[in-house]
Amino acid sequence: MSTPLLELKNIKKDFFGNQVLTDINLTLNEGEVLGLVGENGAGKSTLMKILFGMNVIRDTGGYGGDIILNGQKVSFASPFDALAAGIGMVHQEFSLIPGFTATENILLNREPQKKSVIAEVFGPRLNTLDRPAMREAADRAIDKMGVHIDGNMVINDMPVGHKQFTEIARELSKEQLKLLILDEPTAVLTEREASALLDSIRGMSERGIAVIFITHRLQEILDVCHKVVVMRDGELVKDVAAKDTNVTEITRWMVGRSVDAAASAEHRAPPETETVMSIRRLWVDMPGETVRDVNLDVRRGEILGIGGLAGQGKLGIPNGVMGLYQAGGTVTFDGQQIPLNAPRKCLDSQLAFVSEDRRGVGLLLDESLEWNIAFPAMQIQDKFLKPLLGGMIKWRDEKAIAEVTKRYIDELQIRCTSSKQNAKELSGGNQQKICLAKAFALEPKFLFVSEPTRGIDVGAKALVLEALKKFNRESGVTIVMISSELEELRQVCDRIAIVSGGRIAGILPATDSSEDFGALMVSQVV
Amino acid sequence: MSEQIKKNDGTFMDRVRDMVRSFGLPRMIIAVFLLVLFIAAPFVGADFWTQVTNLFNRFSWNAVLVLAMVPMVHSGCGLNFGLPLGIISGLLGATLSIEFGFTGFPSFVMAVLIATPFALIFGVGYGWLLNKIKGGEMMIATYVGFSSVSFMCMMWLLLPYHKPDMVWGLAGKGLRTTISLEGYFAGVLSNFMQIQIGKLVIPTGALLVFALLAFLMWAFLHTKTGTAMTAVGSNPTFARAAGINIDKVRMLSVVMSTWLAAVGILMYEQGFGFIQLYMAPFNMALPAVSAILIGGASVNKASVANVIIGTILFQGIVTMTPTVMNSMIHMDISEVIRIIVSNGMILYALTRKTEATR
Repeated sequence: MSTPLLELKNIKKDFFGNQVLTDINLTLNEGEVLGLVGENGAGKSTLMKILFGMNVIRDTGGYGGDIILNGQKVSFASPFDALAAGIGMVHQEFSLIPGFTATENILLNREPQKKSVIAEVFGPRLNTLDRPAMREAADRAIDKMGVHIDGNMVINDMPVGHKQFTEIARELSKEQLKLLILDEPTAVLTEREASALLDSIRGMSERGIAVIFITHRLQEILDVCHKVVVMRDGELVKDVAAKDTNVTEITRWMVGRSVDAAASAEHRAPPETETVMSIRRLWVDMPGETVRDVNLDVRRGEILGIGGLAGQGKLGIPNGVMGLYQAGGTVTFDGQQIPLNAPRKCLDSQLAFVSEDRRGVGLLLDESLEWNIAFPAMQIQDKFLKPLLGGMIKWRDEKAIAEVTKRYIDELQIRCTSSKQNAKELSGGNQQKICLAKAFALEPKFLFVSEPTRGIDVGAKALVLEALKKFNRESGVTIVMISSELEELRQVCDRIAIVSGGRIAGILPATDSSEDFGALMVSQVV
Repeated sequence: MSEQIKKNDGTFMDRVRDMVRSFGLPRMIIAVFLLVLFIAAPFVGADFWTQVTNLFNRFSWNAVLVLAMVPMVHSGCGLNFGLPLGIISGLLGATLSIEFGFTGFPSFVMAVLIATPFALIFGVGYGWLLNKIKGGEMMIATYVGFSSVSFMCMMWLLLPYHKPDMVWGLAGKGLRTTISLEGYFAGVLSNFMQIQIGKLVIPTGALLVFALLAFLMWAFLHTKTGTAMTAVGSNPTFARAAGINIDKVRMLSVVMSTWLAAVGILMYEQGFGFIQLYMAPFNMALPAVSAILIGGASVNKASVANVIIGTILFQGIVTMTPTVMNSMIHMDISEVIRIIVSNGMILYALTRKTEATR
């Protein structure tokens, strides 16, 4: 047997005495695709940071154990060393220059150069770029992925999927690349883009490049990986061949308990009540999620799902109705017309919205959890305020705010050190729960929830969905939930509307088969 | 035994480190330096209590100007480099009050009252401008300050002031660069309930007025509107999604800041005893900005405590260093040192600028 490409032996890491990784052992052969899964906080990212020689690791006291690359023990002082040794990494967040083209980004600082007279005198820093050669090199890297991206397109103008591919192409354009780490590359991709990415991973593997693939979408792991490694609480709990396992098994290993209970949906008959909100001829100008002509009736007390492929306009619907993006058309709620482009008017009519953009719209990252939860209710409904001087002054009632925050922390099992903690310090799942708590505190009659489970782990996901369901059943609140994951919609919703090409392609009961939904999704794609 | 000591050392060092972290290392160093200056003062022949009095006075002159930074920082408009605009309102109030013949304490009250409508009008215009250029507030604010000062340089000459105490002696028109407030409102607050113990003099009245304004600011930030202002500064999109009219809140903060600057310059003048016109407002914004930054504020977070700590540290260093240095080397270069120190502090403070998480 030949020496494996990469071997990790007894990798240990603690952050100031807090053990986050214990005795990780791992081997990876040339051309092998390894799927790394685990809940948020299981230690996947830390492990990859160690492997990639990130400064954080060194700054917090280094790590224990050995990394053996091609039979030689290595210790990277910085990501540059890791790059030189043939390890490439694509991070969750894009690191691209927005105003540059794909080609320029792919070859940044490694451009083929032309010598010029000036450079002869003043040194190679004044060489000019060899544009045709750059195009060629970039195209070669893009071809390796088996997708088509226009090398001349500026990053700003690209859909997310293409940005992701540009990042991967940058890694692929490095000739010495032997191992590529992909940290949740499909999280932002549409299903079609994701499957193209999986194809390109297979292609890389055939070319002898080993891939470590981190994702929350377990089916992708089974589709593309040779073996699956499951981490939980800083330990490697399972290392099996992908063909010997299935999604349920992996999920069980990940959470260490059975999540089937949460997943098995008890479906009630869709409530046959009157229409509470009707949307007519709605258009919304939301970049990347344009809504063209939506007509939709929502029944009182139901949970309506809105699904569809990314970029087809499903996210535009709540953002347009709630006045966050320019919109037109008519929206009637409870018999009254709601003016568009005026967030305050919607909120006054007791509509609430949990945005898909948690960090941008959903949270005050630099403020306490108390503020985050109580703020909208305070501003819109004058809750948590004490009137002073006969109502002249509306004083913030810190005690009431602390109380309501504590209640939601308990109810939604938000993991935090105290209600005074800053929102930015929480993990993604807990931040999402804060966003929900914020909406619940408004005690709305109608709730839009947009992508409530994006980027959060299985355990938190089940909890969030359960909380929504409970809120609907117990308070009788009508909920419209928008999600890219059809399975999730089918678990929670009564009816599901599918958006395609900025229009509603059809509404089906949640119990219909996935094939029917799939057909609707692609029916009017533009 | 030695291990025991080491252990104690460790916990002690930990405690020190925690303290330093919560207070901020730079502020710690500045505070220690200030302390050293105070201790050194008597040894080089500068009287200790005179120095303390000096610091009290300086604090009472400047604190309101620093307080004027707070509302705009909270609403996310950044540091108010356009402070001169508010100062000009204050100067108009002061000169008009004298022109109309008020003297003594009423002249101060009238100055504040007359300055108020100017501050409101200027503030609204300034706020409207800042709402048009979100993201580049501080740069625009700087030039609003510059251009308003230059414009008023002309106006001070042209406006029909006639009071002999204020206009140029020979021409009989056009305001002088420096106008004495003797007989008007010089010291009307500082001398009110003044406490004198030996060489230590405490300007109680002025400190009380600052305390009142600081309390009102603190209280405002605890109201519904104040909470909204902080949220707008922290994440404008969040605030908009919660139904807040961002432009209105920002406008309010700018008006508040401009009015406080107007009152601030009147406080400064009553302590200093002179009105300074023409290019003088030009140099008022940076020390105030520096003081609040040294006090630990960031570009969108500031508290009343930041104002107090910052003003004491900044004014302390700026007044103490020249005095102590002078006495040490027996040569009058205090002006040179003052300029070096105050600009050095401003430079340092601006490098301390931190931004919020996005």
